[in-house]
Amino acid sequence: MSNPLADMEKPDVIFCIGTNMTECHPVAATRLKKAIAGGAKLIVADPRRIGLAEMSDLYLPLRVGSDVALLLGMAHVIAREGMIDHDFIENRTTDSDGFLEHLVEFTPAWAEEISGVPAKDIETAAKWYGESGKGAIYYTLGITEHICGVDNVQSLCNLALMTGNIGREGTGINPMRGQNNIQGAGDSGALPNNYPGFQSVMDPANQEKFKELYGREIDLDKGITKVTALDLCGNEIRAMLIDGENTLLSDPDRAHCEHALKSLDHLVVIDIFPTDTAELADVVLPATAFGETDGVCSNTERRVQRLRAAVPPPGQAQPDWWIICQLAQRLGLTGFDFEEPKAVFNELCSVSPIYAGLDWERIENSEYQWPVPHKDHPGTPRLHEEEFVNGRGIFSIVRYRDPAETISDDFPVWLTTGRRLQSYHTRTQTGRAQGIDYLLSEEALEVNPTDVEGWGLRDGGWCELSSVRGSVKVKVKSTNRSPRGTVFASFSFSDVPVNILTGSGYDPITETAELKVCPVRVEPIDAPQPGI
Amino acid sequence: MKSPLPKETETITLDGEEVAFTEGETIYEISERHRKEIPTLCYDPRLEAFGGCRLCVVEVEGSRNPVASCTTKATSGMVVRTATDEIEKYRKTLLEMVTSENRELDVDSLRGYASQELTTLVNRYEARTGRFIGAQSGTSNSDDKNPFILRDYDLCISCYRCVRVCAEQEGDYAISVMNRGFHTQITTEFNGELRDSACTFCGQCVQTCPTGALADKKAMRAVDRPGEIEKTRTICPYCGVGCSIDLLTKEDRIVGIHPAMDGPANEGALCVKGQFAFDFVHHPDRLTTPLVRGEDGELHEASWDEALDRAAEGFRRANKKHGRHSVYGVASGRAPSEAAYLMQKFIRVGFGTNYIDNCSRA
Repeated sequence: MSNPLADMEKPDVIFCIGTNMTECHPVAATRLKKAIAGGAKLIVADPRRIGLAEMSDLYLPLRVGSDVALLLGMAHVIAREGMIDHDFIENRTTDSDGFLEHLVEFTPAWAEEISGVPAKDIETAAKWYGESGKGAIYYTLGITEHICGVDNVQSLCNLALMTGNIGREGTGINPMRGQNNIQGAGDSGALPNNYPGFQSVMDPANQEKFKELYGREIDLDKGITKVTALDLCGNEIRAMLIDGENTLLSDPDRAHCEHALKSLDHLVVIDIFPTDTAELADVVLPATAFGETDGVCSNTERRVQRLRAAVPPPGQAQPDWWIICQLAQRLGLTGFDFEEPKAVFNELCSVSPIYAGLDWERIENSEYQWPVPHKDHPGTPRLHEEEFVNGRGIFSIVRYRDPAETISDDFPVWLTTGRRLQSYHTRTQTGRAQGIDYLLSEEALEVNPTDVEGWGLRDGGWCELSSVRGSVKVKVKSTNRSPRGTVFASFSFSDVPVNILTGSGYDPITETAELKVCPVRVEPIDAPQPGI
Repeated sequence: MKSPLPKETETITLDGEEVAFTEGETIYEISERHRKEIPTLCYDPRLEAFGGCRLCVVEVEGSRNPVASCTTKATSGMVVRTATDEIEKYRKTLLEMVTSENRELDVDSLRGYASQELTTLVNRYEARTGRFIGAQSGTSNSDDKNPFILRDYDLCISCYRCVRVCAEQEGDYAISVMNRGFHTQITTEFNGELRDSACTFCGQCVQTCPTGALADKKAMRAVDRPGEIEKTRTICPYCGVGCSIDLLTKEDRIVGIHPAMDGPANEGALCVKGQFAFDFVHHPDRLTTPLVRGEDGELHEASWDEALDRAAEGFRRANKKHGRHSVYGVASGRAPSEAAYLMQKFIRVGFGTNYIDNCSRA
């Protein structure tokens, strides 16, 4: 997030797109609710009539995968109506002329044609955001999990840049991170293109620095993403070490994923439960869980916080850091003789400019948000206040593209996937917490009531959901949360592995999978016999 | 809205001492800053002041009756006395009346974060006198089968903190107040079970209840477990918001969760997962020993030495036979940063490649 969570109570106009925040980041959503109670206007763009949509002042029900069109339409109105912040554009940005010219053809009427959102609502949304003193954008995977994920994010950046809604309290471009330490994993350099602290691996100076630090020359080329690695399993990739990820259930195209992992010569999985992925491993190493290990994590607002152990791990389970160190030492690698997590974190701080002002003791009270470039620095709750990291904000010329697969006679329905409040991801944890079943015991496909009738389905009955890649059987839930022609399921339940269906395409830059769009067919079936 | 800086310093006299205040501050807030220990039951600093319990009354010169300090804004020159004999007598009488209604005063602290507030005040004011005997209010909804929230309204004192936290903090408006006086009851729409209401089971009502009338059913399973309750500050293991929590442990078990009121990301708020879905940690499915695939194709228990040797050997062989670009590492977005840091270091030092990623792309 460019801005701190506390800023969520400050905007005049809140624009939420592709985020089901009341279910996926409920505590952050409480802050938005306070802003709304204080008079802030809420615009929500989402294909589904989610909880946020019910709370909104303006709901934009766009067709899945049409975000770029909607956002171009909004940018067009902002430019046409002269709601652009000329001072900001002049002083803080570059490439605005070409961008403003580019916008001319993308009228709200054009955007309506593609997105299904009425042009007059696009006008209103643009005016509210464009005229706001403090306009803030919040998004999640509904923006990024598309073949045009980067285009979507850049479209949002364009809106913020043209209106100067960045670098100030109650504004910003704010992606909500989905996992407790997904930010920290990136901060720590577990990326194919970056060393710790987002230092590019393709910069010879960084290569030299890490050669010095690590005692080995590392490729000047960026590595491949996990998505590509899975494609290459059995060919280039022969051995894989996976820590704490149930790849088989969380990744798109399960059949492809299973085939990939099975074609490895060697798979080592570190986890706390025998997940479907661990079942495929040659070696499974038991790790400590939440509450059993000391460590550090970073949250969605870049706040670096301490994790603390309160109970001993079961049996012989060991902390992840210890396991990886042992493994490295057995391969004869040096620089892995750590005796405590504190020393590991302090090394991370010493090699990473964004953590340079931090160490294990300084983060005791969760005060710091990175970057913290030196010991006297107070941390950076708000990014881009004076200037952007690269100097000036760059407008991007973005065009609408259709999703990788679009609906057809064979697959006439849009499927979109996500999470639910009461379950987390593949339920390896929430599925094993007593009581959660009382609130959510099984998966159900959310279908609009008119479609339930039109497709010969029954509320509470069963259907077969098929895409070009496979099919799953799932119960039907009739609900107005789904618009006509679009259905929703979560990927939480292993008996309804919807990721058998997904995997139509990937963003060419980030290789993030288009998990939010998958054309499917929905057919009524009899209830499956138990055991099948 | 509080103005950022007062035009000129304004003061009140608080127990004989001249103290400054900011425009809009209440007498209670000023007193808090000066550690006056004014008793309250309906007060939660995160919520709009309510003025219902009247325990925070103070004497204000020129005012005919004692005033509720939580709802009275300070004005320049006010002379306030927070603990005169008469005020303390009022407070004791009020507490005697409150306690006359409740089935029990001593509840286990596992019921909730604020559950000891009434007990603590009753002890402080020696209000366990039984001076008032008579009607009792509240009817427990023990037939609500939900596994998380006990609705023991015999202990309810109608402070409405639960109703207010649900509305003001959560924005959910799942519970409300029905009837008046002794018949007052906290209820859901149509007086049904919580599951059928707008309740999201975030547990905020439980944690703000000052009497234990609303209680954490999961934590209460550990009431008879031996050992002292210890608290450990850490971060919730679920989404990326990074809510601060206090783990409640008894010896080697996590028995419950308290939201951290001073947590920077959550300021006391939690959701159903963070509040109640902690016990996966002690689930019998946990992996407790390394496993190695045997010749029979099955995974078998192994020693750490055996498993680590086997794991290392596989990477060594791949590297030797297929080159250093044949090994790939996937770091976790769920494990601490030390794990991700060492994973990338393992790949970069071990193989000289950038064949490393984390699970953020799917």
